[in-house]
Amino acid sequence: MYDVAIVGCGVIGAATAYALARYDAKVVVLEAENDVATGTTKANSAILHAGYDPKPGTKMARLNVEGVALAAEICEALDVPRKACGSLVVAFTEAELPTLQTLLAQGQASGVPGLQLLGGAEARALEPNLSAEAVGALYAPTAAIVSPWDYALAMAEVAVKNGVTLCRNTRVTGIEKTVAGWALETTGGAVSARYIVNAAGLGAEALHNLVAPHRFTTQPNRGEYDLLDKSEGARVNHVVFQCPTAAGKGVLVAPTVHGNCIVGPTAEPVAGEDTATTAAGITALEAAAKKSIPSVNLRATIRSFAGVRANTDDPDFIIETAVPGFIDLAGIRSPGLSAAPAIGLEAVRLLQENGFAAPKKAYFDNTRRVTRFAALPPAEKAALAAKKPAYGRVICRCETVTEGEILDAIHTPIPPVSVDGVKRRTGAGMGRCQGGFCGPRVLELLAKESGLPPEKIPQDKAGSNILLGQTKQGKGE
Amino acid sequence: MTDYQLIVVGGGPAGLAAAIAAWEEGLTKILVVERDRDLGGILNQCIHNGFGLHHFGEELTGPEYAGRFVQKLAETGVSVLTDAMVLEVTPEKQVRLVSREMGYQELTAQAVVLAMGCRERTRGAIGTPGTRPAGVFTAGAAQRYVNIEGQMPGKRVVILGSGDIGLIMARRMTLEGAKVLACVELMPYSGGLTRNIVQCLQDYDIPLYLSHTITEIRGKNRLSGVTVAQVGPDRAPIPGTEQDFACDTLLLSVGLVPENELTRAAGIPIDPHTNGAVVYENRETECPGIFACGNVLQVHDLVDYVTAESELAGRAAAAYLAGGCPADDEPYIAVDAGAAIGYTVPQRIRPGKIDKSAELFFRVRAPMKKSRILVTSGGVQLAAYPRERLAPGEMERIQLPKSLLQKAMGSITVSAEEVAE
Amino acid sequence: MKELICICCPRGCHLQVDETQDYAVTGNACPRGAEYGRAECTAPTRVVTSTVAVRGAAYPRCPVKTAAPIPKGKIFEVMATLDGLTLRAPVTLGQVVVKNAAGTGVDVVATRTLE
Repeated sequence: MYDVAIVGCGVIGAATAYALARYDAKVVVLEAENDVATGTTKANSAILHAGYDPKPGTKMARLNVEGVALAAEICEALDVPRKACGSLVVAFTEAELPTLQTLLAQGQASGVPGLQLLGGAEARALEPNLSAEAVGALYAPTAAIVSPWDYALAMAEVAVKNGVTLCRNTRVTGIEKTVAGWALETTGGAVSARYIVNAAGLGAEALHNLVAPHRFTTQPNRGEYDLLDKSEGARVNHVVFQCPTAAGKGVLVAPTVHGNCIVGPTAEPVAGEDTATTAAGITALEAAAKKSIPSVNLRATIRSFAGVRANTDDPDFIIETAVPGFIDLAGIRSPGLSAAPAIGLEAVRLLQENGFAAPKKAYFDNTRRVTRFAALPPAEKAALAAKKPAYGRVICRCETVTEGEILDAIHTPIPPVSVDGVKRRTGAGMGRCQGGFCGPRVLELLAKESGLPPEKIPQDKAGSNILLGQTKQGKGE
Repeated sequence: MTDYQLIVVGGGPAGLAAAIAAWEEGLTKILVVERDRDLGGILNQCIHNGFGLHHFGEELTGPEYAGRFVQKLAETGVSVLTDAMVLEVTPEKQVRLVSREMGYQELTAQAVVLAMGCRERTRGAIGTPGTRPAGVFTAGAAQRYVNIEGQMPGKRVVILGSGDIGLIMARRMTLEGAKVLACVELMPYSGGLTRNIVQCLQDYDIPLYLSHTITEIRGKNRLSGVTVAQVGPDRAPIPGTEQDFACDTLLLSVGLVPENELTRAAGIPIDPHTNGAVVYENRETECPGIFACGNVLQVHDLVDYVTAESELAGRAAAAYLAGGCPADDEPYIAVDAGAAIGYTVPQRIRPGKIDKSAELFFRVRAPMKKSRILVTSGGVQLAAYPRERLAPGEMERIQLPKSLLQKAMGSITVSAEEVAE
Repeated sequence: MKELICICCPRGCHLQVDETQDYAVTGNACPRGAEYGRAECTAPTRVVTSTVAVRGAAYPRCPVKTAAPIPKGKIFEVMATLDGLTLRAPVTLGQVVVKNAAGTGVDVVATRTLE
């Protein structure tokens, strides 16, 4: 019997697990896929928003501002790549200038620090490649870029290190109320828990409906992105937004913490978790990105991808007790990544309202260090390669990721089981050749370390097999 | 004192030939650095034949061709470091590398030959819409799985792009029991060698769809199918021409890109048309004493020409040392790619540095019938070279005699035009 | 008159073969082209390149080829012969792997040394 079962290990589930790991309680995270954060957390703009977008007084507004403050501490403590590069919301016509005023007022009401209105020339002084059409901008120095996947993984890893159980490949298929709490039926067997936290992302509505009356309707909305080569990494220094319209925040051009440039997203309602890219989306992105940054080179795209936002018919986050002992953390779309750690704390508070009374642990290990060979100065590279020869073998040429780093990842609390799992953890295969050279090597390492035959190693999710057998298996002489 | 006279970055066909040539010219302290476990580069996975007709006068497989150079290198005193990755080359010719065996090292040399080869363009670069399932491989990655690892990447295969590796893999997958459904080419002509169209597609009744492209990739986890559509003259898909193929594998053979990250980081100017360094007639870059050759300089069709170019670079590196490592101040003639020409290598020729003639490599932009190649300077025609046909997939070469170059005024322009049959 | 593209070398000469004139070939740049044009219209042959399994080497497959061209119709029979065959390292370049493959009179030889 667990005290708390968290359903879903995206950034919200991970943040909740990270918050609960400080308590002397038995906590389990049930993740449907073979890795953490494979849904909305994996594919978004990778931005910690300053907090001027949401209407003041909403949960979104409060948790955004609280969340980004916590994110700075967490990323520092857990060695998550984050850079406070600041953002610009750009107006391209006089008619858009009042929108900047509105955003400024909202930000000030929500307590966003340092906001500043700039003229077109001032904005271009900050961001030299900005379009000559820009007539003004709202500058937010506290906006930051982050690796959302690393962020979720780091919180999940530290939770596991502090005693939280993570069950992957465990999809919840049914829930029954019991005297002590809940009985969950999953693809990984039966689980019982006193409390359930619903952090199931796009699956949150279905999970909610298993135990409570219909409350919200999910409206999945796809956003397409282009990730550009590092040769475009210096195209912009800030997150460059366009003025929001009824359709959304518009297309941004931003640096990434890995030194690339990201362009996106589009916004389009879809039926479910449809992460396909479209010809129309790819075309639209180019036009929209060039509106802000005319010189951006979309031909340097190394990967197009799409994520699906867990929008609902409720304009705010749905963070509440659905029925006693069952907490919803639903409808978490932008600024959900920014708000995540604050949402995790909110979940703990709601659990306490429902009777969760575990005391805090005496000791919580809030540390995590990741070796990133490429980023080390020469002397440290030399020392590391001398100490452990595996750091001397470069597996991924584009991103300079060594065998030592991949072996490190394979021996973390939440080890990767797929080639993409290694990519997300180490960067191997993330570069311009997209794993063409290192994919086979990574697969070989995973097979060797796991003892599985190569054809059992998936590209990503279960069933995404890379190899379909061996050659020369016939019955020749 | 430097650690080496010459460091060659890359132990594929280019690096091997450059190192051997430099050794034969009298250099004695040479190091070849190779990132793979073995020398030979990509030739080790190119198990098909057709290599060596120009260089050896016989038809060899890739491993055999590489084997001859590896053997020859072993008979010299050239040092080799395999499983080693060069992280940085500085204009001062310091080479920073890391290897499992030797750890992190900073080595110095008087000359450097860049011979890193090229990589394949990927799905991201061509922007094919759809899902992102497993089962989409670059042709070269699939080739490594099949030929080196003995693994089958798929059973029902569609190939996008008719570059040589894609064509070779169409046959290879067929021989290993896979069904290759189609080879799809965006352009109205193939990018591969004609002989590969015959031997790899026609021999096995694999249809080649010219002026077609893939408009959608489907499949949740593993690829389940692709949509193929015809394209118009603007290369945009024509609505209504779509056909679906159920397949578990898509191989991409959509071009090669020279791997010039080290070159760029060293501040060496790059030609945007070749994606390789701008070089002089002896393959010296704008950074004196740093040379480039093989596919890192320009994507070749034939390894024989890689060998020839790399021998030139190796000899030039030796001559550079013999001449006391001069800074470059000799006047040069700029070579411009004129009408119908995509690029030229070299981009600069110093008449004072050549014996009898300089060889010029180039590609045409589109297929041409009976043609002539013209060399002009200041509007005056200096030479014409007849050709029966020209194709972008087949690199052309002309010899520019020293006497011709001496007539040139500052620059020459190479162009091509069709002539009446 | 049959039109062919010569595959002897990467040059790819466009050949015309006249069946009525004892397979006389035109359009070839070298004698190999004439030979190829004639053979292709009478008894086409190919060199087959593939791999065989190998134990005890750094890699699990060793590349091989037929030492000479074999009749086109025999390609898959030769492939079947290679299927299931396992070599033991060391293998040397040129080593005969299969003698007289599929009754063609042609041996299959290793094209790489694997220690």
